Parts: sequence; C-alpha cells; structure tokens
Amino acid sequence: MISTLSGKVIKFGDNINTDLIIQGKYLRSIDPAELAQHAFEMMGKEYPQKLKQFDILVAGENFGCGSAREQAATCLVGAGIKAVVAASFARVFFRNAINSGLPIVECPAAVAELEEGDVLTLDFDQGRVVTPKGGHRIPPLPPSVREILEVGGLVPYLRRQFHSQTSKQ
Amino acid sequence: MGLTLAEKVLARTSGRAQVTPGEIVDAFPDVVMSNTATWRSIKQFHSVGVNELRDPDRIVVVLDHISPAKSEVDANNHATIREFVKRHGIKNFYDVNAGIAHVVMMEKGHVLPGQLILGTDSHSTIYGALGAFGTGVGFTEVTSVWLTGKLWMKVPESIKIVLKGRLSAGVFSKDLMLKLIGDLTANGCTYKSVEFCGDLTSRLSVSERMTLSNLAMELGAKCAMVAPDEATMKFLQGRTSKPVEMIRPDPDARYAKEVTIDADTLEPMVSCPHQVDNVKSVSELKGVKIHQAFLGSCANAKLDDLAIAAGILKGHSIHPNVRMIVTPASRDIYVQAAKEGIVATLVESGAMITNPGCGTCAEDGGTLGDGEVCLSTGNRNFLGRMGNRNSFIYLSSPATLAASAIRGEIADPREFVK
Repeated sequence: MISTLSGKVIKFGDNINTDLIIQGKYLRSIDPAELAQHAFEMMGKEYPQKLKQFDILVAGENFGCGSAREQAATCLVGAGIKAVVAASFARVFFRNAINSGLPIVECPAAVAELEEGDVLTLDFDQGRVVTPKGGHRIPPLPPSVREILEVGGLVPYLRRQFHSQTSKQ
Repeated sequence: MGLTLAEKVLARTSGRAQVTPGEIVDAFPDVVMSNTATWRSIKQFHSVGVNELRDPDRIVVVLDHISPAKSEVDANNHATIREFVKRHGIKNFYDVNAGIAHVVMMEKGHVLPGQLILGTDSHSTIYGALGAFGTGVGFTEVTSVWLTGKLWMKVPESIKIVLKGRLSAGVFSKDLMLKLIGDLTANGCTYKSVEFCGDLTSRLSVSERMTLSNLAMELGAKCAMVAPDEATMKFLQGRTSKPVEMIRPDPDARYAKEVTIDADTLEPMVSCPHQVDNVKSVSELKGVKIHQAFLGSCANAKLDDLAIAAGILKGHSIHPNVRMIVTPASRDIYVQAAKEGIVATLVESGAMITNPGCGTCAEDGGTLGDGEVCLSTGNRNFLGRMGNRNSFIYLSSPATLAASAIRGEIADPREFVK
C-alpha cells in the first residue's frame, strides 16, 4: 500500500448501491479492466469514461450498500481509482475493497467539504486527509486489515502466506 | 458482562470466553456457503496456487442465481463448479434444480442455532431466523476460508428490535420489515447485529422469521438473529441429526439501541423506486398501474407465501395488462405447492411458474420494458435491478402482490381477505 497519495476527486451522493456501481449482467467477469468498462453505467453511458479521468472516489453515507458482489470494488480498481473516501460504507463493500487492494477511508468531515475536481491528499502514515479547505484525522486501519492492503489484496496475501509457509518447511 | 447472541457466536468461534464490540477476532465459521459465484472463488483458489481445501465438509455450494445456464459462459462456469466439487470431495452440492441457496441451506439442515455461517450473498442474514449468525462476504473471502478456515471479523454492536402486538388480516412480517426499513432507513443498522425479540416474534413461524432476517440486510445489518425456541426445534426436526444449542442472550447483555414496533395498527406497506427505504402505506399508492407481478426471491417465495397469494387469487383472474411470474424458492417448496393444489390455483389465475431459483430478482428472466412497473415480493428495488434503468420496481408482501395482480394496480389485500 502506498503511504500517501493525491488525486482528483469524483463525487457521488448517499446510498450508492452495488447495482448502480456494476450491473448484475456484468458479473460474468472478474477482470478489473473489463468490469471498468461498465462501472456506473446505470447512472449514464458516459460514466465509465468519466470515472477514468479521476483518481479518488468520494461519496456520502452508506456507499456500496446492497449486494455482496466483489466486482463493485474491483471495477473501481480497473478504472484507475486509487482510493475511496466516504461518510460511511456498507460492510461487505468495505471488506471487498480491502480484499481488492483498494484503500478505503471513512471521513464524513472531508466528504462534506469536497467538491468534484478538488485535489485530495491521503496520508496513511500520518492518519490524515487534506482537502483544499483543511486537514482531518482518520482512524488507523486495524493491523490485520492493513497487512492485506499492503500486499495489494487478499489473493496476494494468501499467496504470500501459503508459499512462505511452504518454503519454510 | 453479559453477551448478546452475536457476541456469543463470535466468542465461541474465535475460542474466547468474552468478546467486546469493536474488537477484531479471527473467527472459524461453521459453514461457508457459495452460490453461482463459486466459479469466481475457484478462479481465486487457482490464483493462490494451493491445492487443498481445509475442510470440505464445512462447504455448501448451491447454483441459484443463473439456473439453468443462459449462455455458453454460464454453462462453462457451472461445469467448472461441478468438476471442482467432485474433485475436492464437496458433498454438499446442490445443482441448478435445487432453488435459492439460502432456503435450500435451511431446508437441508445446514443451518443450526448458534452457528457462524458465511455466504457469498448479502442476504445471508436470513440464517438468523434459526438463531445463526449469517453474514455476507465476497467471493475471494470464500476462497480464503476454504484455505485457512478462518476470517477476520469485527465484533458488531447489537440492536434489539422488539416486535409486539398482533398482525391483522392481510398484514404480514414483510409489512413489518418494510415499515422498519422506512423508519430506520437503509443505513439504520449498518455494521450492527440485529436481535429480534418480543411477543410477536415468538408467535411467528420460521418462514415468517426468514422474511425478517432476510430484509434486515436492507437496514445494513451484519446479521439478524432470533433466539431459538419451540418453533425453531419443530422446523429442525428431521432436518439434522446434530445436537442443537439453544443459544440465548444473557440477561445483562448490552445493546447499543432498542427499537419497538407495534403491529396492532400496522397497514400493508410498499417500498417504492429506487430505494428500499422509500416506503409508503398501500393506501398512499392505490392506483399505481403495474405491468409485472413477481412472486419470488429469498424474502418471500416460501410455501406460506405461495399459499397466501393463491388464497387471494383463487376464483379470480390476473388483470389482462399484468404478467405474473411465480418462482418458488426451492424444489421442496415447489413439490409441496403442487401437492397442495397451490400451483394449479396460481396457473389457473393466469400466473406462470418458473423453475426454483433467484429468477427475476437476480436479472435472470423477466426483464422489464421502458417505463414498465413491476411489483415484486423481493428485497431490492434498485434502479435497473431487473435489467432496465428506465423501469420501476415496487416491493410488497405476497398478499399485496396477489391483490394488485388482480386489479392491475397497487391494491390493498385487506379488500380480499375477510
């Protein structure tokens, strides 16, 4: 996981559900790049292209509510989104993002003052987010969760866990 | 300090005497269910490059979301799953003829009180109807549990929901849940464990409790449990030979919040497009024309749901402008509905019956046209859920659905039940 990152913000409202992020018919793929071609298509045909012009997705309350579909997180990775910041997250989306290697930050204060196109900086080492209007503290991720993010997601994490075990034997 | 139901399950499965909300534990689930998404977990399994499952007997696989296959891609995914379960000795495999994973899981004795059950489906909260901690995870986490047997979990705070009073004729547990979701919002119980209790809860059947625990997901709940009682034991009879733990919350357990809902004055409720918490009473929506009525899903396509709809439809015809699709939740339910004449009543009234499975609720048939309205007994009405962003989905009980299918518009089922 990168310790700091900066980028241009795309902003969404409250209760953005998984069906809006990626429609059911596209779940026949788990390839991030392929899925990204349809991300947020439900909200308008222009969205998959639009999304690629931004770096950090910012949303209101309950982002990712609805289905357990992991592709709601992987399609964002495929679109080049480097982190998601929301006022709050639905729990399965939260887990899926971490498992897809997508850093995820809960910070209602930052969300409230951000507008689309703003530049946002996330500093995971210092536990801070910086918007054009000011800085906010963010709670550190639990060590077990950070470990998964640091290696880029759950598959690389498992690979490392099993293969290092094997090499020890 | 006393423990809630959810805390007891997480304490046991993580080998602790005590757990506290907010702390992270490594829990060892009793069962891990994966549905049609299993092929994705298999892909991840191959990416990790380990060849052995930790405990195949804890795994249940049910093909429900696309059943039968609709394309080459689906057919090959199904074939991958069949080959995998055979090769790895997964005995608890149910093919495309079985029905919706959650209902099959409960009918076949894979869900017991006090267990921790993970599923690749958000509505895994339904297992709480039998006193289990059921919760949804992504498909890569299923791979992880296949390999390691465990999962990190945050211990949730618990919310107590007290159901009291009596449901009047034409009003059901679905209406109760829609009312609660409207009041508490889609975010009302996010990351919380819900515990249903109160005199009304104890009078509800396991099937009615399944509707409660299933819909609690739409409050954002992590799990939604009912402490086991006589009704639970009756349901489990003949379905399991394992010992059943009558798990109870401690009298001094701590709850973040308590919510009471009185059923006495409750009306039939309907959730309106495009969010489940956009809830109105049926009287506010009278006259909304419908084009499709879908009686299906893990929320409301059980035997009692089909019987209630058939009871209203008997002697009536479905409105000529409405097509009604009935998708029984499982094969067992389908067989029983056929034996009891429920299937004949539904078909005679003009409904069509599909094979058991997720069906229209999972975009598997029954797509809507532009501007069309579907009334559904399902649990989600998100924009485009049935394949078309220019269509509208309302959610109701099976009784409201049947009354509305007759009238061709949203109608009050109390006009049909005397």
